[in-house]
Amino acid sequence: MYQFTEGIVEAFKLIISLDPYLIGIVLLSLKVSGMAVLLSTIIGVPLGTYLGMKPEGKTGFISRVLYTLMGMPPVVAGLLIFMLISRRGPLGPLGILYTPTAMVTAQVFLALPIVVGLTMLAIRARGREVEETALTLGAAPMLTAWTVIRESRVSILGAIVTGFGRIIAEVGAVMIVGGNIQGQTRVMTTAIVLETSKGNFELAIGLGIVLLTISFIINSVLYRFQKGGGRHTW
Amino acid sequence: MIEIKNLTKVYDREVLNIQDMAINEGKIYGIMGPSGCGKSTLLRILNLLVKPTTGTISFNGNTVPLNGSAPLTVRREMTLVFQNPVLFKATVWENIAYGLKARGIKGEEVQRKVSFLLKKIGLQEVADRQALSLSGGEAQRVALARAVAFEPKILLLDEPTANLDPTNVEVIENLVVELNKSLGITIVIVTHNIFQARRITDYTVFMYDGKIVEMGETEKIFTSPEDSRTQAFVEGRMVY
Repeated sequence: MYQFTEGIVEAFKLIISLDPYLIGIVLLSLKVSGMAVLLSTIIGVPLGTYLGMKPEGKTGFISRVLYTLMGMPPVVAGLLIFMLISRRGPLGPLGILYTPTAMVTAQVFLALPIVVGLTMLAIRARGREVEETALTLGAAPMLTAWTVIRESRVSILGAIVTGFGRIIAEVGAVMIVGGNIQGQTRVMTTAIVLETSKGNFELAIGLGIVLLTISFIINSVLYRFQKGGGRHTW
Repeated sequence: MIEIKNLTKVYDREVLNIQDMAINEGKIYGIMGPSGCGKSTLLRILNLLVKPTTGTISFNGNTVPLNGSAPLTVRREMTLVFQNPVLFKATVWENIAYGLKARGIKGEEVQRKVSFLLKKIGLQEVADRQALSLSGGEAQRVALARAVAFEPKILLLDEPTANLDPTNVEVIENLVVELNKSLGITIVIVTHNIFQARRITDYTVFMYDGKIVEMGETEKIFTSPEDSRTQAFVEGRMVY
């Protein structure tokens, strides 16, 4: 119990003093996962919208593949990306193994199916009727698509946040393709594993607190947005 | 104004088969018939939301190409109000302004038209309320105002007053008639309500099993129908 309370006290000291090692890890984590979720959003929202607008019977196989990928263990995703980008892999010449680029790639692989799958479900719930209404009101194709996305924006935001939650908290994929190199590819989750194994509980707990705080802030923003119903003007 | 030739629609079975139908400019047409007779499908085809299996549709003498996306210019001349209107997650004001903004209309004109329509449907006080919080009758009034804000040439209404209370029915009927008289908008209304059809329409189309059984001036259809099924329907003897 003493070790636990001492760890928490020391963790807060590290956070309040803006410990450079801790801050470096937090910033890299946000950079890698932020970039991965941004790419997943850019690709996933239009793709999910397209699939959501298709009749359900025509996307049965794709849906099953997406649902499978949504539950893919991070270590498996890491392994697959590792085999692709390792020196002997087809993308080996790119030389991105053990770099943040490799970590972003692995995390996109994990977040993209979530963003696509949940966006597809969100659009399927109301997309068809919104599309028809927009068309009857004379909306051009781009405005129609935009209207469909905006009408499902709360659920789509939920899909993006879920994707972000999955990758910011995963450890297996980034450990395999990033290598947990200090100052280069060490992120919060891999650092927690390392520091715990070394007995540096205060740093591990400090990182854990930061991780939970980030999650809390993001969910608070989402909750506020949902409570407001996502009001907007055209 | 609208001409239909040899129009069919087949899903798992043929649901619509109309050999010849013409809708004249500036009139109100009522489409009646038992449930599942193809009334709503006809409206959706007229609004170019659904492609027919065969046949042609012409607007003002121009045949609409049905093998690709419906031309935007043709689509913008008409609109359809559904029985269960889909309002957007925005204010009442923004909902009514949608079609205007979709046409690139901005500023003072939008303000003027939306304000006028809000007054017309008696909902000025809820202009800033979220549209999804409205009652069924209010929502239908907003949907109708939204549909006519950009002054379409053709207004298609799919049972717009079904399940509404008499006050809302009266507001909507009055607005429909006024739009027709003041702006000359051609109106096609699908209704189960034979009294409503008699009250507001100039012409009545009676459909049965995907086909037009009888079409003519409303008063004639109601007083001296030629087909026994039409007679049964207008006398309230047909179960639907």
